[in-house]
Amino acid sequence: MNAQTHEDFGGATPVFYDLDEHDHPAGGSTALGFWMYLMSDCLIFAILFACYAVLGHSYAGGPGPKQLFELPLVALNTAMLLLSSLTYGFAMLTLERKGASVRAVQGWLALTGLFGLAFLCIELYEFSHLIHEGAGPQRSAFLSSFFTLVGTHGLHVTFGLIWLATLIVQLGTHGIGPDNKRRLMCLGMFWHFLDVIWIGVFTIVYLMGVLA
Amino acid sequence: MMPPMDHPTPPVSPIFGRLTIDSLPLHEPIVLVTVVAIAIGGLALLALITKYRVWGVLWHDWLTSVDHKKIGIMYIILGLVMFVRGFSDALMMRAQQAMAFGDNAGYLPPDHYNQIFTAHGVIMIFFVAMPLVAGLMNFVVPLQIGARDVSFPYLNNVSFWMTAAGAAITMISLFVGNYARTGWLAMPPLSGVVASPDVGVDYYIWGLQVAGIGTLLSGVNLIATIVKMRAPGMTLMKMPIFCWTALCTNTLIVAAFPVLTAVLALLSLDRYVGMQFFTNGLGGNPMMYVNLIWIWGHPEVYILILPAFGVYSEIVATFSSKRIFGYTSMVYATVVITILAYLVWLHHFFTMGSGASVNSFFAITTMIISIPTGAKIFNWLFTMYRGRIRYELPMMWTLAFMLTFTIGGMTGVLLAVPPADFVLHNSLFLVAHFHNVIIGGTLFGMFAGINYWWPKAFGFKLDRVWGKRSFWLWVSGFWCAFAPLYALGLMGVTRRLSHFDDTAYQPFFAVAAFGAVLIALGIACMAVQIVVSIRNREALRDVTGDPWDGRTLEWSTSSPPPDYNFAFTPVVYDNDAWWDMKQRGAVRPTEGFRAIHMPKNTGTGVILAALSVAFGFAMIWYIWWLAAVSLVGLFVVTIGHSFFYKRDFHIPVEDVMRIENARTRQLAPEGVAA
Repeated sequence: MNAQTHEDFGGATPVFYDLDEHDHPAGGSTALGFWMYLMSDCLIFAILFACYAVLGHSYAGGPGPKQLFELPLVALNTAMLLLSSLTYGFAMLTLERKGASVRAVQGWLALTGLFGLAFLCIELYEFSHLIHEGAGPQRSAFLSSFFTLVGTHGLHVTFGLIWLATLIVQLGTHGIGPDNKRRLMCLGMFWHFLDVIWIGVFTIVYLMGVLA
Repeated sequence: MMPPMDHPTPPVSPIFGRLTIDSLPLHEPIVLVTVVAIAIGGLALLALITKYRVWGVLWHDWLTSVDHKKIGIMYIILGLVMFVRGFSDALMMRAQQAMAFGDNAGYLPPDHYNQIFTAHGVIMIFFVAMPLVAGLMNFVVPLQIGARDVSFPYLNNVSFWMTAAGAAITMISLFVGNYARTGWLAMPPLSGVVASPDVGVDYYIWGLQVAGIGTLLSGVNLIATIVKMRAPGMTLMKMPIFCWTALCTNTLIVAAFPVLTAVLALLSLDRYVGMQFFTNGLGGNPMMYVNLIWIWGHPEVYILILPAFGVYSEIVATFSSKRIFGYTSMVYATVVITILAYLVWLHHFFTMGSGASVNSFFAITTMIISIPTGAKIFNWLFTMYRGRIRYELPMMWTLAFMLTFTIGGMTGVLLAVPPADFVLHNSLFLVAHFHNVIIGGTLFGMFAGINYWWPKAFGFKLDRVWGKRSFWLWVSGFWCAFAPLYALGLMGVTRRLSHFDDTAYQPFFAVAAFGAVLIALGIACMAVQIVVSIRNREALRDVTGDPWDGRTLEWSTSSPPPDYNFAFTPVVYDNDAWWDMKQRGAVRPTEGFRAIHMPKNTGTGVILAALSVAFGFAMIWYIWWLAAVSLVGLFVVTIGHSFFYKRDFHIPVEDVMRIENARTRQLAPEGVAA
């Protein structure tokens, strides 16, 4: 058909097929895939931050950050979330230890869940307080973007808590295997990612809002 | 500013939400006839499936399949079915605009006409072009990189079903209620709850939100596949160009679709909760929406065109029997287009008043995009130069693309000049331009790709005679339909009008309508082509698996490929891997087979999609109990699925041997060694 030159492969015939192939371990792409998901989620937050930056001063004659936000409460809230990341880290350290006990990992995860729950409760208290004062999300574009940014983060924490509870159960049913380790790694990335987002929220929404 | 409240808010029933008997299109004869026809057709299809007892096959082999090839084919079927709907809308608009002059109001009331142009745009972009592109990428990419499936096969199935669920939600608007009247990007304040209080915009939002999840997950999946699962030896710069364009397109998807999700969520919050993001009162800013939606929207057009560029690159090389000219420049051009795709969004609204400096920046970035695109055109031309060109159907579509798209590209550069855009913005010139690039670029590319890879998917070629008829009708029909729109746009006719006072325009619209009829005949020929090919499949049969004398790995396996694609993973030394293997006399191994590790099928994707349709429908109609139930259902099913830990199995070595020995026998009489 095509009489082109057949290159020699250094005298030897090249190997064109992998004749000695073994099963590929499951989940080889999970870390990469999950990172990409997280970055796409990060873009959603980027849009919400952008909206806050554009609309954050559109008070429409209503209250602004200085009247609304109480920094001590937010500081407490931030501490809850940061502590939950710390305990999650301890869960992962326990997991990696030789002969790790399922109970210990579950314990650290439960503690993480409690801190997360505390964070959520404080946030909901803050929201209900604002709405009660007439500063609900319908009041102005500033409050719409505030509630949406902070609320979306809170919604993520809620999903994280459901996921956490699921994994605590699955650790009980399936023990510490490669599957559960991979799942815990993903949830860990998710959980710490929410911390990073919260640092942004804390700085840009609360600190810059009240102290600027 | 409050418009008159001629749509008083109807009471919301605790059981049916705002759904009433009036929501059915009983008083609109055109819609009613359509609905009845679709219902009869649908029932006939279900009856046929039952009569031939293919429910089991359909469920086990297709709907629950995690095989990337079957998912790819299902995407393409979805795209083609929705294409019929989208094209019907187009025909209706062409007919309306050809007759509605002076005293003649045409046959479509403005309210219906507005829904049609909105549905046409949304369906053609999200449920035709996107599924066709996703389908080709799904089918081809793993085969081209020598993989057995994608990175996340279960997720792939879910992605397809989410796209299908979005299409279903959008289609339901035809039967129950109505669709948005806002144009395909639903700009507020028109899409806000004050101006559009009924369900139309909500259908728009939920259809796109559900489909968007599928698109995003599929993007993540294909990137991971391309990065992690290439055959040994296939470095990034040895990947086929189609895989490069797929990689860039999916990068664009992952980096653009979250923006769409976010901006539609914000619009929903305005509509459902009464927030003030894009309202005119209390600090809202509708221009924010315009910016955000185009930050997604511009990358979107490159999401659609890049895979088509990849298809053309494969086809030009194959049918010129030459290595692609300028492989490296092709890759860099693709990457540059990917990056620039994010830096041009503002050219969609030069007239919004961002000022001369901002407009200049975006005008220049827009014009710069034509440089890598032009480089690609020259690369294809130089590939053909002194090649031994075979004018098979895929190559014909490619040539039609090169001529058509170049003109579309030039009108695009013209629109990129802000002073010209101030004249042409929102005119039929713009409409002609983007149809010129989307039909002449993406759609022709999908047709080229379907003709090219059909034999790989089914083991026989598509009929050439009917294919040629379709081709000529399509290409001539396209120019008949859109050349008059360029002229009309230059005369100042704006888009989305259902009636004209000046009868001087009528001849142009008549020619455009004639063009649409030619395209309709082209589509009919395409349908005939497929039917005739299936009937003559024995005559059109290809047993080699390599009917076009191909260059890339998908042609190295049988047609259709076995479930596991490759009994032995190929080892790659050259960017035309299969061509290289043929040149150097690679011998297909006929023994030493092993059991092959594969993912198991799952019905979870279908269930999640069904629950998503229920959730979307409930949200659209304010049926809060159903929304709550289906949302809980979505969580329960997702979590429940995570309790299945054993998701893989081995294809027994006996099965592999049986399939491969059959192929050995099939190849033997042909005297093909490889």
